[in-house]
Amino acid sequence: MPGKLKAKIVAGRHLPVMDRASDLTDAFVEVKFGNTTFKTDVYPKSLNPQWNSEWFKFEVDDEDLQDEPLQITVLDHDTYSANDAIGKVYIDIDPLLCSEAATVISGWLPIYDTIHGIRGEINVLVKVDLFNDLNRFRQSSCGVKFFCTTSIPRCYRAVMVHGFVEELVVNEDPEYQWIDRIRTPRASNEARQRLIFLMSGELQRKIGLKVLEMGGNAVVGYLQCFDLEGESGLVVRAIGTACTLEKISTFPATATHPNNSSPSKDMKDSPQAAPSTLGCRSTHSSPVHSASSRLSQGFSVSVPTLLFAGMKPRHRSSEVPRARQCRPGFGEEAPGVPLSSGPPTPLRAQTFSSFSPSKSYSRQSSSSDTELSLTPKTVGIFLCPSTPALESESSPLPSAHLPCHLRPGMASRSTTPPPLHISQSDTAMLRKSVSFSEELLLAVSGMGSGGSAGKEAGPLKALLRQQTQSALEQREYPFFTLTAFPPGFLLHVGGVVSARSVKLLDRIHNPALGNTRSYKLLDWNSFTADEPETRDAWWEEIRQEIKSHAKALGCHAVVGYSESTSICEEVCILSASGTAAVLSSRFMQDGPLDTEHRLSRQPLCVFSTGSERVEGDMGSSASLGFEEVVSPGCGFCHIPYDELNIPFPAQLTYCYCCRRYKVPDVLFTTIDLPTEANVTGKGCLIQARLCRTKKKAQGEGNATAISSLLPFLEYELHTQLMNKLKLRGMNALFGLRIQISVGETMLLGLASATGVYLTALPSPGGIQIAGKTPSDITYEQHISTMQKKINDTIDKNKELYEINPPEVVEEIIGSPIPEPRQRSRLFRSHSESSDEVSELDLSHGKKDAFVLEIDDTDAVEDIHALLTDSPTPAGFYSCNTEIMPGIQNWTSAIQMFTSVRVFRLNANLTNQGLNKIFSDLCENLLKSLYFKLRSMVPCCLCHLNFTVAIPEDELIQVAVTAVAMSFDKEQPLENGKQSGEKTLIKAITENDEQLQFNLELNAETSSHNPLSSPKGLSEVGSHLSARASSLEKASPLPEGRSRSLRSNRSYSGSSVAVVKMTPLSFIPGAKIIKYLGIINMFFIRETSSLREEGGVSGFLHTFIAEVFAMVRAHVAALGGNAVVSYSMKECVFMENPNKNQAQCLINVSGDAVIFVRESELESTSVQTQSATTHTSNGGEGT
Amino acid sequence: MSMELDVFVGNTTVLDQDVYQLWLDGHTVSDAVRIRMEAGALQECEANAEVLHSDTTDQFRTFQMCERLLQSPSKVANQLLFQIPPHRQTMLIERYYEFDSVFAREVLGKKLSKGTKKDLDDISSKTGIALKSCRRQFDNFKRVFKVVEELKGPLVENIQRHFLLSDVLARDYAAIVFFANSRFEAGKRKLQYLSFQDFAFCAGQLISYWTVGAVDNMMEDLDVDLEKDFLHDLKDLKVLVNDKDMLDQHKSLVCAQLRGKIKVFSEMEANFKNLSRALVNIASKLTHTKDFRDLFIDLVEKLIEPCRSDKWTIGDLRLFLKHYSSSVHMLEAFRHQVIWDRYMSVIKSCILKMYHD
Repeated sequence: MPGKLKAKIVAGRHLPVMDRASDLTDAFVEVKFGNTTFKTDVYPKSLNPQWNSEWFKFEVDDEDLQDEPLQITVLDHDTYSANDAIGKVYIDIDPLLCSEAATVISGWLPIYDTIHGIRGEINVLVKVDLFNDLNRFRQSSCGVKFFCTTSIPRCYRAVMVHGFVEELVVNEDPEYQWIDRIRTPRASNEARQRLIFLMSGELQRKIGLKVLEMGGNAVVGYLQCFDLEGESGLVVRAIGTACTLEKISTFPATATHPNNSSPSKDMKDSPQAAPSTLGCRSTHSSPVHSASSRLSQGFSVSVPTLLFAGMKPRHRSSEVPRARQCRPGFGEEAPGVPLSSGPPTPLRAQTFSSFSPSKSYSRQSSSSDTELSLTPKTVGIFLCPSTPALESESSPLPSAHLPCHLRPGMASRSTTPPPLHISQSDTAMLRKSVSFSEELLLAVSGMGSGGSAGKEAGPLKALLRQQTQSALEQREYPFFTLTAFPPGFLLHVGGVVSARSVKLLDRIHNPALGNTRSYKLLDWNSFTADEPETRDAWWEEIRQEIKSHAKALGCHAVVGYSESTSICEEVCILSASGTAAVLSSRFMQDGPLDTEHRLSRQPLCVFSTGSERVEGDMGSSASLGFEEVVSPGCGFCHIPYDELNIPFPAQLTYCYCCRRYKVPDVLFTTIDLPTEANVTGKGCLIQARLCRTKKKAQGEGNATAISSLLPFLEYELHTQLMNKLKLRGMNALFGLRIQISVGETMLLGLASATGVYLTALPSPGGIQIAGKTPSDITYEQHISTMQKKINDTIDKNKELYEINPPEVVEEIIGSPIPEPRQRSRLFRSHSESSDEVSELDLSHGKKDAFVLEIDDTDAVEDIHALLTDSPTPAGFYSCNTEIMPGIQNWTSAIQMFTSVRVFRLNANLTNQGLNKIFSDLCENLLKSLYFKLRSMVPCCLCHLNFTVAIPEDELIQVAVTAVAMSFDKEQPLENGKQSGEKTLIKAITENDEQLQFNLELNAETSSHNPLSSPKGLSEVGSHLSARASSLEKASPLPEGRSRSLRSNRSYSGSSVAVVKMTPLSFIPGAKIIKYLGIINMFFIRETSSLREEGGVSGFLHTFIAEVFAMVRAHVAALGGNAVVSYSMKECVFMENPNKNQAQCLINVSGDAVIFVRESELESTSVQTQSATTHTSNGGEGT
Repeated sequence: MSMELDVFVGNTTVLDQDVYQLWLDGHTVSDAVRIRMEAGALQECEANAEVLHSDTTDQFRTFQMCERLLQSPSKVANQLLFQIPPHRQTMLIERYYEFDSVFAREVLGKKLSKGTKKDLDDISSKTGIALKSCRRQFDNFKRVFKVVEELKGPLVENIQRHFLLSDVLARDYAAIVFFANSRFEAGKRKLQYLSFQDFAFCAGQLISYWTVGAVDNMMEDLDVDLEKDFLHDLKDLKVLVNDKDMLDQHKSLVCAQLRGKIKVFSEMEANFKNLSRALVNIASKLTHTKDFRDLFIDLVEKLIEPCRSDKWTIGDLRLFLKHYSSSVHMLEAFRHQVIWDRYMSVIKSCILKMYHD
């Protein structure tokens, strides 16, 4: 169905001089969409042309609207020779396609040229008239909202969370096409920019289609990445979490929501409350050791033995010849049973899940994978009698329905056949993945009554858990890219799961090669299935592995999930990581099963970030009698796995908060700190950095070398993290992100996380140093001084981060006060292989000592240096999560920044030398940041996101993006002290009004006061944008030669609207009132006069500043005043100083929003409240 | 091993005022680092030399990138590249256009051309101001001059509007433009004792009362050209010294007023005719370009030096000038009161400003 795109070119300003003779420019503009081009008249001899063109109209398919950018080219007219291009503007139309986002794009946008950078600005107006598309078979997905934010966007509430969506598209990289040899760098860069624009448009559209298919209307936590594979092509891939979102302001709708009137009235037990451990006994070995074991063998030892016993290997015939594996012995199993022989299934998803979840038997995906973490546990009470055998987590789907889905191994092990109705419901849901069918509801109510009949809580819970799990499990991947959740959603956290795979890049099959329509994108899905599936199949393997790891931890879901790649030459490391978790089913597809909403004081709106209140939830769940939710501050720490079959050696103690459930000694996660978490003291950024040399090699040899290095790298990173965590006296890591980069001669590993002291977890032990040869006296002395230093550091850190947990009388295992003997054990550089290690580990784990073994005096220094990162200067805090626990009163002063450093190494460095350099590089970078931002003290660097790369042999590149936020020092001390209180919640849920207004609504339903306040907000928003644009319109400079400056009196005020940028999902002291759409921009900049542009630093500095400027301008043109969840996904920098050349590619993304200061908000909403009381409903959606 | 690349870019451009000043003063990065270290920058935030160097380099680069904009300050507000809060923009611009009065004094009255630019080396070594800074200041003068040269309307306001400068700074620039435009002789040895501020004050007086713009502020072109008619009319004042009766009468009136009030009465009485002749002659010759350019040297040679050698105090001089100009009103035969007042009020304040060691 068509839409009508309209564009008007108003004016230009600050154009460059294109005609040397007159020092002026004869500019005109080409406006292009798809294959249609319009031109404006030439505006002669001016650097500030006023075209004031007619409306150019493009009648196009909405599919094209989603894929294509509007391309505006500004040119200088030349009578005698070809017209010179001044620069281009690409405008993403997508925000205009969604009724809730922006309605018009209007404002000054920088004219960008890939060689010269920004060259003036152009004022444009763009609108879209879209006709509703009712076609069932449409290819477009207009109206699906995209958010980079990895939590439910403020001002929305999630009605349902559908789950994981992913897609990837591939194409030739124009930079590597033959034609590139004869065209100019500019043409080549522009071809690339345009291609990537098209590809991301297409990708987004396809993901949108998947979301619609699932019944959602939005993608949250949308993460799009590029893989520049060089010769083999260009991959654009994205993952996200499909949700059904609802604007909070459309309030009355909630009352009638089907969820609310779910028939299962009698069901007392909500599945969310029944997450107990029933599940998964897993032999997952210790995080650390399993890593090494698996890697060296190329398949996991423990997981498969349990989970996949008796399973028939299945291969997809298609991928076998394609995937060039670096594993030897792959060929043996290669001729697998072709999948295509299986019954065709309606959903693609099923096809995938048939894919056997591990390389263990297929030996296809190679190398490294690790679960880094240990974790919490849960209820011991409801232990199922036949614990190990009863695999409730195995999907109870009848094989008749979904043969592909069944895991024979597991099914055979399950001692209790799953109740029939569950499978029914599952089937139903699979069939109709969109919303709830009657059938389903019936099944549910049946189930509910059955449940209540049973007096015993245990079995019931088990049942419910099964249900929740199956609901999740019937999904292809129960993954969520979210990192923050509404209270009550995240029940338990199992720990970090991660998987890596080393692949050899191969030319992506591209039938369009040589085709004239080479820009037309290829999606392998739509092509003959013979070859190009590799990229997708690669990710499938990894995801399956992640899924199985999560299972091993007794979890049915993975949250905080992300994927990344590192490419060097033809080797590519694919990585995925997330946090295994047990979720409440409340917001899942089987939402109607849940009765809890009815009892909750805030029907359904519990989910909206900002308006949620833990108390509300607590109240309701308490009334239901579920203890686990009673203490939400610690609930998520309770282990989800079975105590008797701990997947790895961990020390369990009773929770220090509730004293009822078991918790692990240390917890690693990739998510943000849950709002309800009880934290003692402050947190801090913890980084493990590692550099490993590697021999230069080619092809498979190289891949093999990398795969064999990876486990050690990962293991040592983990060791470092653990040591540094202990050194700070903390016991949990949040936002863990491990990045591994490959170079020709080295591997870099950087793990960043925010350490905190979770009140619920036991106090961490100290670190004990032990020598291997305790004969020498001086050596002994070394060790004792070392030990003393470390102890001192720990004490100092405890003071610094205000960690003084309440003393508890120790009942069971381990005392909170460190004793040398009672630490978890730590190895340094072990090189034994797989099986032995895991054996070793188990036994040592029980010994429970945290010992740092050192070999010689050099190592002492080494270790000490390693462990003692310089502390943050006074007044500074740092974290890589959204906010720092324990800091609440943020001021509105925020400063987002990007810093990039490239360091050249000497050849022939040892591992130690490299490590030191790399570590110093990161430390110095941090120090520089503190120094730069010293005027903001007291402040916290939040969301510190480090990205490392090895752009060339002997070069290390580190890029950091973060936001510095000031806070008021006069923080109420008492708050900080009572760690038991949920102080954090207040800090995050700054939308207090919202809460009140929820409550109000519930209290007196007829009250219309609260209704008018959203109206007020939206009005403020439109005021803001109107003001911004009117200011801008007034600003075109008078002609250069005009002398009528007297009339131009506007010099005092700035005419450029301020646009804030932040990597966080919120703006302190302000309220986001509208999301205007996703910003996803890709730029290339190249120069052949590097020295003249200030060298590499000058070049990159300008480029980054230009990228910021373009992001701000586009946001302002959408009517916004901020970008939230901003991130720089890619910053690829290449230089050739000898040729005086450099090139850089940058990809950034974020969400454009309108925010209103809370102070302004109050005044305006009061005004509008008195003005309009009831008619507010219409006010939305404009 | 070396840092190949090191950049820091903030969404709001991070600017350190102290480093900005160092940059403006034309220091190199390593100089600036040394100065900052001496100023105790290392105590802040546990910095080390490396951090300081990185920060300084980065700041200098930022300023360099901003420089292009600062050269046309009206663009600073509506450019998109740097997000700078308005008060910071003002600071950046103001500081960029600030100049050393020692330097300005050297350039005063000179033609703002390329030839003079070559002299900057000498000025730099003479004043001890870094050459880079001299260049910036000189280029600023030239730029301001070029822009306002062709603008109509009041000079100060034009400068202020176009360069977004504070009132005080705009006035200083007006003086520089005025001197450059009128090419007043300010470099002579005898004038060396005068500071830039002295000249700036005089320029202000001249601009306010003698120029075209002082009468009609909507004239074409630069309104700092002196009003031709006025200069022509000044010739009529000659009667005051040429007419013997009038001169005597004038003298007796002044003496009557001053008797007993100034210490140098006798000297004044003796010198009255010379002084009066000097003042009137200066006035009458202002139509000639050459004499006009020598206005200040004439004032010094013909008035200030004689008075100074007679040890007049500034109070004496003030009283004398006051009564000297006011007693003319009592001369019934004198018909050019308006011209006289317009002339004398300016000359009086200039002389008083210039009358020091």
